[in-house]
Amino acid sequence: MSTRLFIPRDTTALSLGADEVADLFLAQASDSCDVVRNGTRGMLWLEPLVEVDYEGERIAYGPVDVTDVAPLLAQGVLDRPVTESPLYQGPTEQIPFLARQQRLTFARCGVTDPLSIDDYRHHGGFTGLSKALTLDPQEIVDCVTQSGLRGRGGAAFPAGIKWQTVLTASGDRKYIVCNADEGDSGTFADRIIMEGDPFVVIEGMAIAGLAVGAEHGYIYLREEYPNAKLILDEAIALAESAGLLGDSLLGSGKTFHCEVRLAAGAYICGEETSLLESLEGKRGLVRAKPPLPAIEGLFGQPTVVNNVLTLASIPWILDSGAAGYAALGYERSKGTLAFQLAGNIKQGGLVECAFGLSLKELIEDFGNSSFSGRPLKAAQVGGPLGAYLPYSQWHLPMDYEAFAQVDAMIGHGGIVVFDDSADMGEQARFAMEFCKEESCGKCTPCRIGATRGVEVIDRIRNNQDVSNNLTLLGDLCDTMRDGSLCAMGGLTPVPVRSIMKHFGHELVSAGKESSL
Amino acid sequence: MTEREAISDIIDAHRHLEGSLLPILHAVQDRFGYLPPNSNRLIADALRVSEADVHGVISFYHYFRQRPPGKHAVSVCRAEACQAQGCRQLEAHIKTRLGIDFHDVTDDGQFSLEPVYCLGNCATGPTVRVNNTIYGRMSAEKVDRLFERLAVDTVRLLS
Repeated sequence: MSTRLFIPRDTTALSLGADEVADLFLAQASDSCDVVRNGTRGMLWLEPLVEVDYEGERIAYGPVDVTDVAPLLAQGVLDRPVTESPLYQGPTEQIPFLARQQRLTFARCGVTDPLSIDDYRHHGGFTGLSKALTLDPQEIVDCVTQSGLRGRGGAAFPAGIKWQTVLTASGDRKYIVCNADEGDSGTFADRIIMEGDPFVVIEGMAIAGLAVGAEHGYIYLREEYPNAKLILDEAIALAESAGLLGDSLLGSGKTFHCEVRLAAGAYICGEETSLLESLEGKRGLVRAKPPLPAIEGLFGQPTVVNNVLTLASIPWILDSGAAGYAALGYERSKGTLAFQLAGNIKQGGLVECAFGLSLKELIEDFGNSSFSGRPLKAAQVGGPLGAYLPYSQWHLPMDYEAFAQVDAMIGHGGIVVFDDSADMGEQARFAMEFCKEESCGKCTPCRIGATRGVEVIDRIRNNQDVSNNLTLLGDLCDTMRDGSLCAMGGLTPVPVRSIMKHFGHELVSAGKESSL
Repeated sequence: MTEREAISDIIDAHRHLEGSLLPILHAVQDRFGYLPPNSNRLIADALRVSEADVHGVISFYHYFRQRPPGKHAVSVCRAEACQAQGCRQLEAHIKTRLGIDFHDVTDDGQFSLEPVYCLGNCATGPTVRVNNTIYGRMSAEKVDRLFERLAVDTVRLLS
C-alpha cells in the first residue's frame, strides 16, 4: 500500500529544495509512496516540511534536506512515525505555531492539493459562491458590509462600501481587479494563498462579480512571482472546466471570467490607480482621485480593486455569515489578518489570527525571537512605507487605529524584524532610496523629494551641519507627506520619521562623534 | 522564421486583448530574452500608437530590457527583510564574484545581474533569483557553489 506524502510546491519550500526532496522520495520509494504537492502550512522555517499521512493523521518532518531522505526512509518513515528523528515535529496540527492560529482564509492552505477541484470541494470550497447565487446583489454587498471586512492591501478601506459604490454606479461594463502586486518587503501572504489555495481567490472574485454586476476580472500579478503565475493559470483553466468560472457559474446562468495579467517590476503599480493604468497598457503613472476607481476605474468603467486577501476572505464570510466574521477582532479591526513574520526571525512564516494580539506576542511567542540569536532591536511593520517600532512599542495591539495613533501602520500585515546589528541610519536612507527608485515621477514632492532625502541623510550621516540638516529633513518629510499625490511619496516619511524619533542617535552618529 | 515574423505572430496572437501592450511585451521578451530593436516599431504600428509611446512604457518598467541578459539572469533582493539577513554584504560579494555591477552582463555572456525589491521569500532570506528559480537562505558560500554549478552545467551542455 502506498503512503501519502505532502511536500509543498510553495515558492519558499522550492527555494529551499522541495523539488529535489520530492524527486528523491519518488526515486527511492516510488512503489511505496505517493507525493502530493500541497501549499505551505506557513511554518516557513520548517520548509521543506514533509508530512506523512499515517492512517489519516499527518505527521510533520522538517526542515528536510536532500541528505535527510535516505536516512528517513531507512528508519521506516513510510511505515511509522519516526519519533527519534531530529526532524520529527509531531502531528502537524498540534505544532504550537499552527495550533494557536485562527485559520479562516487560510483554512485549506497546506492541507489540500491546490490544483484539485475535488479536494477544494471536499474541504468546503464553492459554498460561499453557492450561497451568493441565492442572494441578490444588494444582499451580497450588505453581507460584506456587515462583516466589517476592510481592505487587506494596506489602506483598510471598508470593502462593503467600495462594493456598494460600484454596485450603484452605472457603466457599460464593470470590472473586478484583484491586486496581486504584493510588493512590500516582508509580505508573502498573497503569494502563499495564490500558490496554496488559488480557487478561494477565484471564488472570491466570482462573488464580487455577482455582487456588483461585473462579468470580467483581472488578477494583476507581480512578475516576481513566477511560481504563482503557473499555479493560477492552471487553476483558472480547472475552474472553468468545473463551472467555478465561465458563462454559467455552477450552472446558474450567471457569467464571470477572469485572467492573470503579469506586471513588470514596478512597485508603484501596487497603488490602485497606477495598477489600472498598467492594466490598460500604459506607464504606471498614478491618477489623481477623484474620480474614484469605483466610479471611473479600468477603461473608465466602475471597478472593484481589492487585494488578494480581501477577495479570499469573501467565500468564508458568505458561507459562515457576516456576524461570525464581525465577532472576531478588535474594535474597528474586524475578523482575522494574515500576519507575516519576516527578516531576522527564528520562526518566520504566516500567522492568521484575529486582530488584537500584540506585536510582542507575534515576534516572541510565534517568531521565537531572532534568527541570528542576537537581541532584537526594531520591527518594521506594514512594508517599506511603514514605521520602525522599537521594543517599547511592541505591546501595541494589532489594530489599525492603535497603530495609526503612534504614526505607524499595519498595512498588509508584514513584520520585518532586525537584530541589534542593524544600522538604523542606513534603514532611514534606504526608505528614501527606495522611493527614489520606485516613484512613478508624476508628482514633484515624491520624485524630487526622495532624491533630496537621500542627499540630506547622507549629509547628516557624514556629520555635515547636522542640526540644520535634521531640520531640513523634517521639512522635507512634511512636504512629501502633505504634497504627494499618493501613498508612495506620502508615506515614505513614516519610516524616516520613526527612526528620527526612536533611533535618532543612530541617524546622526553613523559610528562617528555627533556635532550636535 | 525571421525575428520580424516571430514578433508579428506574437502581436497577432495578443492584439485582441484589452490593454494588450504589456502582454505583447511580455511575450516578446519571453521569446527572445529581451525586446529586440525591431519590436518597438512593429508593436507601435500594430497598436496604432507612436514608437515613443511604446518606448515610454518599456522604460517605465524595470523588468523590460532592451539588451540580451546573461544566460543566467541573476537578481538579488535588496529589500528590508533580506537586509535584516545581510543582503547588503551578499550583494557586494556577488558583484565582486561576477565582476559586474547591476544592469551588466559578464564578458562571456554567462551571467547578468539585476536588483530586485522583494521576491516574497521574506522569512528565509537573503534571496536570489536565477531565471525563474528562487533560492532562499543564501550566503556567500552558497552563491559561489550555485554559480559554479551553473557555469559547469553550461560547459557540459556545450560539449
